[in-house]
Amino acid sequence: MSIEPRAPPPQFVARLRHALSGRAGWGGFALQILFVAILVWIGYEIVANARANLQSQRITSGFGFLERTAGFDVSQNLIPYSGSDTYTRVFLVGLLNTLVVSIIGIFFATVIGFLVALGRLSPNWLLARISGGYVELIRNLPLLFQILFWYLAVLGALPNPRQSISLFGVFFLSNRGLVIPKPIADPGLGPFAIAILVAIIVSLLLRRFARRQLFDSGRLITIWPYVFGLLIGLPLVTSLVFGAPVTFEIPELKGFNFAGGSRVIPEFVALTLALSIYTAAFIAEIVRAGILSVHKGQMEAGSSLGLQRGSVLRLIVIPQALRVILPPLTNQYLNLTKNSTLAVGIGYPDLVSVFAGTALSQTGQAIEILGITMGVYLLISLVTSAIMSFYGWRLGRGMG
Amino acid sequence: MKRVSLVFTLALAAGLSTQAATAQTLKTIKDRGMLSCGVSQGLPGFSSPDDKGNWTGLDVDICRAVAAAIFNDPTKIKFVPLSAKDRFTALQSGEIDVLSRNTTWTLSRDTTLGANFTGVTYYDGQGFLVKKSLKVNSALELNSASVCVQTGTTTEQNLADYFKSNNMKYEVIAFNTADEAVKAYESGRCDVFTTDVSGLYAERLKLANPADHAVLPEVISKEPLGPMVRHGDDQWFDLVKWVLFAMVDAEELGVTQKNVDDMAKSDKPELKRLFGTDGNFGEQLGVTKDWVSRIVKAVGNYGESFDRNVGAGSKLGIARGLNQLWSKGGIQYAPPIR
Repeated sequence: MSIEPRAPPPQFVARLRHALSGRAGWGGFALQILFVAILVWIGYEIVANARANLQSQRITSGFGFLERTAGFDVSQNLIPYSGSDTYTRVFLVGLLNTLVVSIIGIFFATVIGFLVALGRLSPNWLLARISGGYVELIRNLPLLFQILFWYLAVLGALPNPRQSISLFGVFFLSNRGLVIPKPIADPGLGPFAIAILVAIIVSLLLRRFARRQLFDSGRLITIWPYVFGLLIGLPLVTSLVFGAPVTFEIPELKGFNFAGGSRVIPEFVALTLALSIYTAAFIAEIVRAGILSVHKGQMEAGSSLGLQRGSVLRLIVIPQALRVILPPLTNQYLNLTKNSTLAVGIGYPDLVSVFAGTALSQTGQAIEILGITMGVYLLISLVTSAIMSFYGWRLGRGMG
Repeated sequence: MKRVSLVFTLALAAGLSTQAATAQTLKTIKDRGMLSCGVSQGLPGFSSPDDKGNWTGLDVDICRAVAAAIFNDPTKIKFVPLSAKDRFTALQSGEIDVLSRNTTWTLSRDTTLGANFTGVTYYDGQGFLVKKSLKVNSALELNSASVCVQTGTTTEQNLADYFKSNNMKYEVIAFNTADEAVKAYESGRCDVFTTDVSGLYAERLKLANPADHAVLPEVISKEPLGPMVRHGDDQWFDLVKWVLFAMVDAEELGVTQKNVDDMAKSDKPELKRLFGTDGNFGEQLGVTKDWVSRIVKAVGNYGESFDRNVGAGSKLGIARGLNQLWSKGGIQYAPPIR
């Protein structure tokens, strides 16, 4: 029996691998520099070609348009905005609209998701089945469909402003949205805010004191009545002394719509509802998986210490489950933010609709505007990831 | 030569074709055997597909006329339906050869988009559609109204200007497509739907009860609608421009789809020039001598196309108004073929 000689490894590949791994001294270093140089050159060519072509076709380029007047209006603006403001302002209005729908959506999706997950794990048969049904129904229907459902079928069915549903004569619900009294700052607002701040700080100090007492001497001090008293009492006192912090502007029907008051537009409500409910179904499954990943023994150990089910979950299971939950939960948060661009379908003025829609077609500067928009979504996603990683890191450190 | 190979990377990265810069549109179309025409996503009277998928409308007829002049066949067209906000990018990137999609001619669109308007196919203006039950008779009574519009149009800016200059408040809800905007208007989300008046008549047909809605008398803007082609290819620009002129000239000289063959035998000097029996005008444009009779046989003259699609002979029933020939009290006017 003869042994066949093994073919020598291809010299070039081996040498290249050696060079690129940084162990080949100057030769490898030169190769890496060459590689970077080629990348830079390709990048330069792409930019230079785009520029030359834009110029030869006489398509305007550059970011000068950001200083120009936009000349159109937006239905929801969190910062003061009118048609005579610039495209930069339009960008900010759109960005804030995207952020507000994402943040509120993330908050509700998380709350609903956790509740549904706990419901699904509950020993209560009915609760578990309802939660299971929720997850299966919601996550299997397309999101755009759900947004349109809330917008057209639910909110669209509300009466017109003249026949609006009124609560106590100050809240009005109609197909133009929810109109609520608008708080207007009075001189009493300053002291009122300070009172609340002081109450919060004192409450936190109290909590620290109570914990120390608990750990040092095993004495359990009930602090919530004091906290309650502080939070309600202090602001009440300042209001009595300095006058009410705010007065409310009551909306009234004038012409086609309500005048005065603040309004939550139905597009915002429909989008937030649909995004929260849809994402909650995925979060519920992630949370359930996280909780199930904690060994059953932990739960039993908690119970045998005499803790109640709620306390076992809160103190023992969920902190451990969070390690498993956090990474996929971050994904869901990012998805929710990106899914908010479906706003275009119902006319909610988010960044894509206002900036990459109206502003784009009015200026015609697709490359710049799409570049900015992509950059912004990338930034929002990276910031969200960073916050979640930081939270995960703190959690890990706390447990270590 | 490496620069050329990177062109493709660029076209992908920037959505820009360098083919356009080399300016051989007519040759490219002839080689391809098909004209690529950008139209709306369905605006009755201007460009909309029927139940068999055939596109019809005034804007569509412009493309059909161009195809007839090039191929003697008005069906050699690929129609590309475009939303208002995608239309210019599609033209810039070379996806379409001509954009014939109720697009308003404005200075900034003419100068910054790398494209040219070839003429005015329809003189329009912006108006308002309201429910009759609101009992509104004038746009000046619309203070505090909610207004639905399609995003990516000149409409949004006109609207802002109009309400501002009349010191009225309003709320604007901008939708991606006209259909979504009309649906929101119909569901009661808005009191008013606004777009070009011709569009209002067209969209009103789609409503459940067209008779319950009225177009207000005010016309708040000038909206000259016309086809667009890319910068940098003057031969192609000339051809598309003169196809429309030929349709208007044909109407002025009384040439119709029916009598085109008889008229072609006429001795009148201007008819001889029109039909190419005298001179080589078609060849100067890069097509054949009989280009005008090809166009008129395919889609008729301007007036016939107008009547069939948006005028008295159509469901829209819009009066000729400004779009009547200059000789009959309108402002449609074409330079002479000579």
